[in-house]
Amino acid sequence: MTAVLEIAGLQKTYRSRKGVRRALDGFDMVVEAGQVHGFLGPNGSGKTTTLRTLLGLITPNGGRMAILGREVPAHLSEVAGQVGAIVESPQFFGNFTAQDTLSLLAEAGDVRKERVTAVLELVGLRDRAKDRVKTYSLGMKQRLAVASALLKEPKLLILDEPANGLDPGGIREMRSLMRNLAESGMTVVLSSHILGEIQLICDSVTIISAGRRVAAGSVADVLASHTSSGVKVRLEPGVDMRGAVELLRANGAQVTVEHDHFTVGNAGNPAQITRILAEREIYVSELTPTAADLESVFLQLTGTAPVEGRNRQVDQSAVAAPTGGWGQ
Amino acid sequence: MSLYTAETKRLTKRRFTRLFLLGTTLILLAIAAGMFFTNEKVGPSQIASAQAQAQQDFQRATEQYQRDQAACQAPGANPASCEGMYQPTQDDFQAQWYMPPTFDFRENFPDMVTTLAALLALVAFIVGASFVGAEWSSGGMMNLLLWRPQRLQVLGTKLLALLVLFTVLTVVYSAIWTGIFVGIAEARGTTDSMTSGAWQSIALMELRGLALVLVAAAIGFGLASLGRHTAMALGVTIGAVIVFQFGLGTVLSLAKVKFAEAYLIPVWMIAWMDKEIKLEDYNSCNYSSAGGCQPDSLTLTWPMAGGLLAGIFVLIVGASMWAMRSRDIT
Repeated sequence: MTAVLEIAGLQKTYRSRKGVRRALDGFDMVVEAGQVHGFLGPNGSGKTTTLRTLLGLITPNGGRMAILGREVPAHLSEVAGQVGAIVESPQFFGNFTAQDTLSLLAEAGDVRKERVTAVLELVGLRDRAKDRVKTYSLGMKQRLAVASALLKEPKLLILDEPANGLDPGGIREMRSLMRNLAESGMTVVLSSHILGEIQLICDSVTIISAGRRVAAGSVADVLASHTSSGVKVRLEPGVDMRGAVELLRANGAQVTVEHDHFTVGNAGNPAQITRILAEREIYVSELTPTAADLESVFLQLTGTAPVEGRNRQVDQSAVAAPTGGWGQ
Repeated sequence: MSLYTAETKRLTKRRFTRLFLLGTTLILLAIAAGMFFTNEKVGPSQIASAQAQAQQDFQRATEQYQRDQAACQAPGANPASCEGMYQPTQDDFQAQWYMPPTFDFRENFPDMVTTLAALLALVAFIVGASFVGAEWSSGGMMNLLLWRPQRLQVLGTKLLALLVLFTVLTVVYSAIWTGIFVGIAEARGTTDSMTSGAWQSIALMELRGLALVLVAAAIGFGLASLGRHTAMALGVTIGAVIVFQFGLGTVLSLAKVKFAEAYLIPVWMIAWMDKEIKLEDYNSCNYSSAGGCQPDSLTLTWPMAGGLLAGIFVLIVGASMWAMRSRDIT
């Protein structure tokens, strides 16, 4: 596979009277051709800065970037015609119609006028094309933004929060649109906070936190490599669950008791659980690894999981340190 | 070329541009109508009426003088009060001062050219500021740069579209304005004194008006682009008016600075449009036996005013281009 987008060691520093802030601190990212790639990170982690830098809106302090094999920003104008993008909330001139908005963009970008009708049809705005944009809902503006990005039939489509403001039907339509585009050969980079959507749509992901990449790869690989070492334990009916829990805790396990089972959070070696319990003649009826989803991996990696009694501030995301498993 | 066409369409499609141009047209029509109705053509009957009025006032003043003389020479009155009494003459009541207003094209039209240029310059400034300011604040500029990642080309093309539009508008408005006032002069005044030299002078004045409009458009555009908001241009202008016109004007006159008016913007605009303006310092006295006390004078000429306009144009457009090239777009 060839890389459509490559970022290596990207750095961006903002200096202000309050001091120096590293928005990007050696960030790396690779997106292969034909993939739908999820780009995830908490608020303020550097996602939008990365996209803006990639698209020539922000000048980086270091690192290298390439789109479709061409170094950017040096050769950005050569590849810009093959990159469709929306960055952050779509904003359009309220008094222009969707048709006008897209026609002006098409004219400025030397795109065939027929494309305007085609993309309006594609995003479901055909019947509202002649209405002023200021009469549109947020979801309709989002669709218009996607239409503007698709106008030039890009090879690489970069969408920042495309599902913002969409109703459930719209989210599903957007999901199938992304899939169809990827199947037609387009590479899609998708930044979103709806992790369930990312898990459904994306082939691969990059997770950024505090300006650095904390995970990358196929969704399955990221989930597998960061799957929690927790296991769900169910005992035979009638067995004293409290005694078993105390026994495991005495041996250093982190146990969370549920209604009819308990979970050992740091079970690096699940066999240790069965051994300890069996020595006291307590037998396990179910021992299953806790399945991780993208949300829990994201929260773990970015250190943004809510903690009771603490109000996390937006800049308080971190590169989570790997935790050692009990029993290993 | 496609970018230029798109930007011209974007500019002319804007409701703001259309409303401002409609408002300007209505104001200009109101001025023309006002000039039409307040002037009238002068013929033998108007001249006779003015002469009769002047003669009547002269008679009345003479009679009053004679009564006053008689009163001060009466027994018991103070004869010294007669000494300062002025006897009116026929020259004090000239018929031309009693003539109704008439539109002499050669004499009056230059003021109308200045009016047109000033109004169009104001509109060009506001439309120019709004054109780019709204693009920045609405995110349209960022959208466009995603399509055309050539910042200077994008901003330069926008400015070009604005300047070309206002060139066309100013030329068309000037032609119509001249035509309307030729009509007014023929119906309510005279064009008799117009020679080819006078027409050339009017044309050159309209050309200077065009330059004023274009510089105003570029300044509005440049300031709004620097501040990335329409309000930036309007704010700077209001600030400049307050600081330079009221604040600086007051301070300089209190400090009795020589030719304090030379620091005021309208003086330079008049110098530009009227080719020169003569400022005089009435606190000075250059005595000559022939002319008595003559004040010091400073003449501001149109090349000086042109240099100032060009300097401001280069400074603001240059700064906005530099900012466009080097500042992050966030």
